[in-house]
Amino acid sequence: MIVSIASGKGGTGKTSVAVNMALSIRNVQLLDCDVEEPNAHLLLHPKISRIEPVYVPIPLINEELCDHCGKCSKFCQYNAIFVSSEKVLIFPELCHSCGGCAVVCPKKAITEDKHKIGILKLAYTGDLRVVYGELEVGEPMAVPLIKEVKRQIDKSRNVILDSPPGTSCPVIETVKDSDFCILVTEPTPFGLHDLKIAVQVLEDMKISLGVVVNRAGIGDRKVYEYCKEKDIPILLEIPYNRRIAELYSKGIPFSLEMPEWSERFQILFNDARRLVGK
Amino acid sequence: MKQITVLSGKGGTGKTTLTAAFAVLAKKAVVADCDVDAPDLHMLLHPEIIQTQEFKGSKLAFIDEAKCVKCGLCREKCRFSAITEDFRVDPFSCEGCSVCTIICPANAITLTERISGHAYISKTRFGFMAHAMLTPSEANSGKLVTLVRQNSKILAEKESVDLIIIDGPPGIGCPVIASVTGVDAGLVVAEPTMSGIHDLKRALQLLAHFDVPSFVCVNTYDINKDNTEKIESFCKENGIEVVGKIPFSPKVTEAMVNGKTIIEYSPRSAVAKEIEDIWEKLSALVSEKSFT
Repeated sequence: MIVSIASGKGGTGKTSVAVNMALSIRNVQLLDCDVEEPNAHLLLHPKISRIEPVYVPIPLINEELCDHCGKCSKFCQYNAIFVSSEKVLIFPELCHSCGGCAVVCPKKAITEDKHKIGILKLAYTGDLRVVYGELEVGEPMAVPLIKEVKRQIDKSRNVILDSPPGTSCPVIETVKDSDFCILVTEPTPFGLHDLKIAVQVLEDMKISLGVVVNRAGIGDRKVYEYCKEKDIPILLEIPYNRRIAELYSKGIPFSLEMPEWSERFQILFNDARRLVGK
Repeated sequence: MKQITVLSGKGGTGKTTLTAAFAVLAKKAVVADCDVDAPDLHMLLHPEIIQTQEFKGSKLAFIDEAKCVKCGLCREKCRFSAITEDFRVDPFSCEGCSVCTIICPANAITLTERISGHAYISKTRFGFMAHAMLTPSEANSGKLVTLVRQNSKILAEKESVDLIIIDGPPGIGCPVIASVTGVDAGLVVAEPTMSGIHDLKRALQLLAHFDVPSFVCVNTYDINKDNTEKIESFCKENGIEVVGKIPFSPKVTEAMVNGKTIIEYSPRSAVAKEIEDIWEKLSALVSEKSFT
C-alpha cells in the first residue's frame, strides 16, 4: 500500500507523522518527496547507500545548423528559448523538458543536453528504507526530482510518501497514485483553511483520505466540526505537548521516547489500510 | 520603492503572523500574499476585495474524439505521461507543452487555456493588499506570484506608498523564487529545531543565489535555546544579522483564532514587543540600503 502524508499548510507535522509511522510498522520504504526542504533524514539519521545526480533534458542548439528562424522560441510554452538574429539563448530553469523545440526545428539543429537539478539519495536505518531528493538551490522545478524519488517505489513494502506543503504541482506529483492520503492539520483557522483546500485537491484526484490533528488542544474546534460535516475520519490526535515539541526540536522521533505512541501509529496505519480495503 | 519578503524554507514557522504584524507597524505599506496555494494572510487582515482578475496561467491539451485516429503518437511523444490508454488527457499530468498538438497527424488536439486561479486587489484596515488564490491542484504558482507582485507594485505607485511587504510561500522552489527576485531584503523566519536550522540554511542560500540581502529572526526561540544559539552562531559566522528572537506564546494562536494580528490582540505581550523591535531594526536597515 502507498500512503501519502500531506497538508495544505506548512509546519503542521507531516514529517513527524511520516517518520513516527515508518518507525512503528514493519517493512517500510519512506520516500521524502519534499525535495525543496527534505527533513525526514534529520529525524532518522539513515546511512546513505547511494547518491545519484538527477538531470533533466534541455535543448542544445547546433549553431552551425541554426538559421535563427525562431520557430522553437515561438513554440515553447515556457519562454525558455530566446532567438535573436545573432544567437539563441536557453533558460534551463524555465524549460519543462517537453522536447517540442527539437520536433519543430526545421533544420534539425536542436538536440538535447542534460541539466542537473539535484541529487537523489538512497539510505536505510535498520530495516527501514529511506529515499529522498535534494533540489539544487536556485532550481525552480521540483516536479522532475519528485518523479525520480517516486521511481524508486518498492511496492513489496509499505510505502510512505512525505509530501511538501501546499496544493500545487509538487503536491499533486507526490500524492498521485497513492492508495490513501493522511492530511495533517492543526486546529487553528490557518490549519482549517488550508485543510479545506487540500481536501478539495484530493477529492478532485479521487484519493481517499483521513485527517490527523496535530497540536490538539490549541486553537478552536472548527477543524473537528468541518471533518464531521464532511464525514472525514479523524484518525489520530496528537496533543500539543511541550515534550513532543522539544523532542522534535532535537531531531528525535517522539515515538522512540514515548513508546505508547508507537502503538497509536500502528493503529493509524492499520486504519488507513482498512479504509482502502488493502 | 522598497520590497521586503518574509520567507522561511520550512513551513509553519510564523511568516504570516509576522507579515500581518508588520502590516500594522509599517502604517503605510502595500502587503502582498505570495503564498498563492495556501494563502492565510487574509484571515488576519480581512481584505475587502476591490478588483478580481482571472488568472490563466497554464494550458491543457484537449483531444477531439471525433477526429482522433488512435494512432498513439501523442502518447509516445508526451514526456509527462499525460495521455491515457483510452486517449484522454490527464489534467493532473498535462503541463500544456503542446507537443501533442503538433505531432497529431489528424489535427485532433488543441490546447485550451485553463483558469488556474484568481488575483485580487483589496483594501484592508492598514492599507492596500495584493493577493491571489490558485485553483486547488493547478500548476504554475510561480506565474501567479509574479502577477501578485506586479499588482502590488501598481498599487504602491498609485497610492504613493514606498514599501511592499511580501508574505512568501514555504520551500525554495518556483513560487519562492518568484517571491524573492529583485527584492531589497529577505527576512527568514527560523524555528530552533533541527529541521528549522536545515531549512533556514537552504533559504539563506537561495537569497544569496539571487543576491538578496538577508536577515534572520528566530521564532519560538525558547522551545530549544541550544538550537537558537546554533542559529545565532551560524548567522554570525556568515555575516548575517539576527534581528530578533520571539518567545513562544499561546497568545499568537489566540490572536489567529480571533482573526487579529498579534499587535492588535495583545499589544503589551512580549511577542508583540519583540516584533516591534524587529520591525524597527529591519525597516531601518532596508531604508539605509538606499544610501549605500
